[in-house]
Amino acid sequence: MTSTTQTTTDSPVVLEAHNLRKHYAVKRGVFKPMATVKALDGVSFQLQAGRTLAVVGESGCGKSTLARSVTMIEPPSSGELHYDGRTVLGRSAAELKELRRTVQMVFQNPYGSLNPRKTVGSILTEPLVINTDMPKDERRARAVAMMGKVGLRPDQVDRYPHMFSGGQRQRIAIARALMLNPRVVVADEPVSALDVSIQAQVLNLMMDLQEELNLAYLFISHDLSVVRHIADAIMVMYLGKPVEHGAKDVVFNRPRHPYTRILLAATPRVNPALRVERVIPKGELPSPLNPPPGCSFHKRCPFATDRCAAEVPALRPVDDRLVACHHAEQMT
Amino acid sequence: MPLLDIKNLSVEFTTRAGTFRAVDGIDLTVDEGEVVGIVGESGSGKSVTSLAVMGLLGSNGRIVADRMMFGGTDLLTLAPSKRRKITGKDIAMVFQEPMTSLNPCFTVGFQIMETLRVHEGLSGKALRHRAIALLEQVGIPAPETRLSAFPHQLSGGMSQRVMIAIAIACNPRLLVADEPTTALDVTIQKQILDLLVRLQKERGMALILITHDMGVVAETAQRVAVMYAGQVAETRPVADLFARPRHPYTGALLDALPERALGKRRLPTIPGMVPGIADRPAGCLFGPRCRFATDRCRAERPALTDVDNGLARCFFPLPDGHLGAEGAIQ
Repeated sequence: MTSTTQTTTDSPVVLEAHNLRKHYAVKRGVFKPMATVKALDGVSFQLQAGRTLAVVGESGCGKSTLARSVTMIEPPSSGELHYDGRTVLGRSAAELKELRRTVQMVFQNPYGSLNPRKTVGSILTEPLVINTDMPKDERRARAVAMMGKVGLRPDQVDRYPHMFSGGQRQRIAIARALMLNPRVVVADEPVSALDVSIQAQVLNLMMDLQEELNLAYLFISHDLSVVRHIADAIMVMYLGKPVEHGAKDVVFNRPRHPYTRILLAATPRVNPALRVERVIPKGELPSPLNPPPGCSFHKRCPFATDRCAAEVPALRPVDDRLVACHHAEQMT
Repeated sequence: MPLLDIKNLSVEFTTRAGTFRAVDGIDLTVDEGEVVGIVGESGSGKSVTSLAVMGLLGSNGRIVADRMMFGGTDLLTLAPSKRRKITGKDIAMVFQEPMTSLNPCFTVGFQIMETLRVHEGLSGKALRHRAIALLEQVGIPAPETRLSAFPHQLSGGMSQRVMIAIAIACNPRLLVADEPTTALDVTIQKQILDLLVRLQKERGMALILITHDMGVVAETAQRVAVMYAGQVAETRPVADLFARPRHPYTGALLDALPERALGKRRLPTIPGMVPGIADRPAGCLFGPRCRFATDRCRAERPALTDVDNGLARCFFPLPDGHLGAEGAIQ
């Protein structure tokens, strides 16, 4: 990892990924050879305690695969992963179980991620049952305390998920992720299923908890206005690879990758002064089974040259951030 | 005379828990060639309104209205057989989920041609040519070959283009688009919105754009109606509404947008929840969540009253679009 995306604060690095890859073998038919989908193709980052790294991109760019790889729900195919400075890959099952407590996850859809047949109390105590030998009374006390922390009433502890609204359910999901005192919370689109006013409440809650518990967030989102509000650093992904990665203000104020610029321009704005008129590329994300040669964005890129079609651009430092574009210097 | 003129429309559903009024006395007018946005949070009644306009409500939905005119035709008294001649032809609709609103068992071509066959009586080569021309107009590459494609072979953006092609097949005078881009990525969303606006301009169609995304409305519509709990809270021209909201709900909703909170860490929120079937207040529906509510707001239901260039359902409209110190708009 180059030093360009390092922040100046000296808080410890709690999550570090180096060259993470996740490749899936896909059947294409009885007589055809298996194909490989490179859902994640070389992602590196460092995340410090108390900071938020946002991963943005469109569907199919690999941001959810990144979340699943980092949390070891689906271990990456190759690369290095460190929780709190300790290597994760290649550990025994017992060691891994212990390590996993450091990194917890909040899922996108609070209607699908909570077991409808369990009460809030048992949803929240389950991580403790599995990972600790805490007595029952204490587990329940911890669950009730956590409910207070995320803004739910203690008397709701015996209710079922269907008795809660979407925003409240997402609070339960956040509480569940915090039960084991993790250092890192990976949040995969935590507010995209919620209405604007509820979204604001959940974002406020996440920021309060971050401050209180010094949590690090890996915040996966497609909504750039949300990201701009909550993140410290940004990684823009396209077809499994990071295309631009740096501090929030640097990337948002002076985007250097054409894709970042297009994403920013395509985001609808309420304030007319913030709108940017740029040509939105025709076409859609290419199939990950058959990515174009050279830069994977060149077929949609308004600035593409012959070099872009032939040569894969490396992620390199330009103007205080990392960017994977041959023409990053000209993008001003 | 407006193209669509709805006065005091209510839609009620009979449920086991009692009668639920999803839409509660809304007025809506759309002029020829106008783009009207309807925004609101989930459960505010925006989709039910559009289904009532289309005549697509289920059998448990009951429509009551003082007036529901479309291009001089009274939709309330129209016989169902005549209504079906209008729906899909003069009023067409684009639905939210492109992946599920196309029939997976039939080709794209069949589904486009079905509309043309039913409403315009076309057949044979003419039918095929029209279908190809339509696919071309909505920006689908190689339209001849796409006619025989099945919906599962198309991406979300392509499916939505096909849905739009079907909707505009018979040159409708009014297109109702219910969250047309919610399921799509931002760059595809931009493409689809640009397409809708281009078609609307080229054909002089009126467009009702229903969405929960303030940014989409602000960039696309000319006039906006903000819905809350089945009622219109405020309706104004788009620039006025976003620059100086007059209803406290509109103001609070805009303030909750991360885009407007630059520099501030905490986002202003709206306390409480949208009233449900059992807890509708006697006074203003937004009253229990409103910072400015007075005794009058708690006792009386406000009516839509004139504010600059539009209407707001509030006894005390915000004087200059400001929520005050706590929720100041920058």
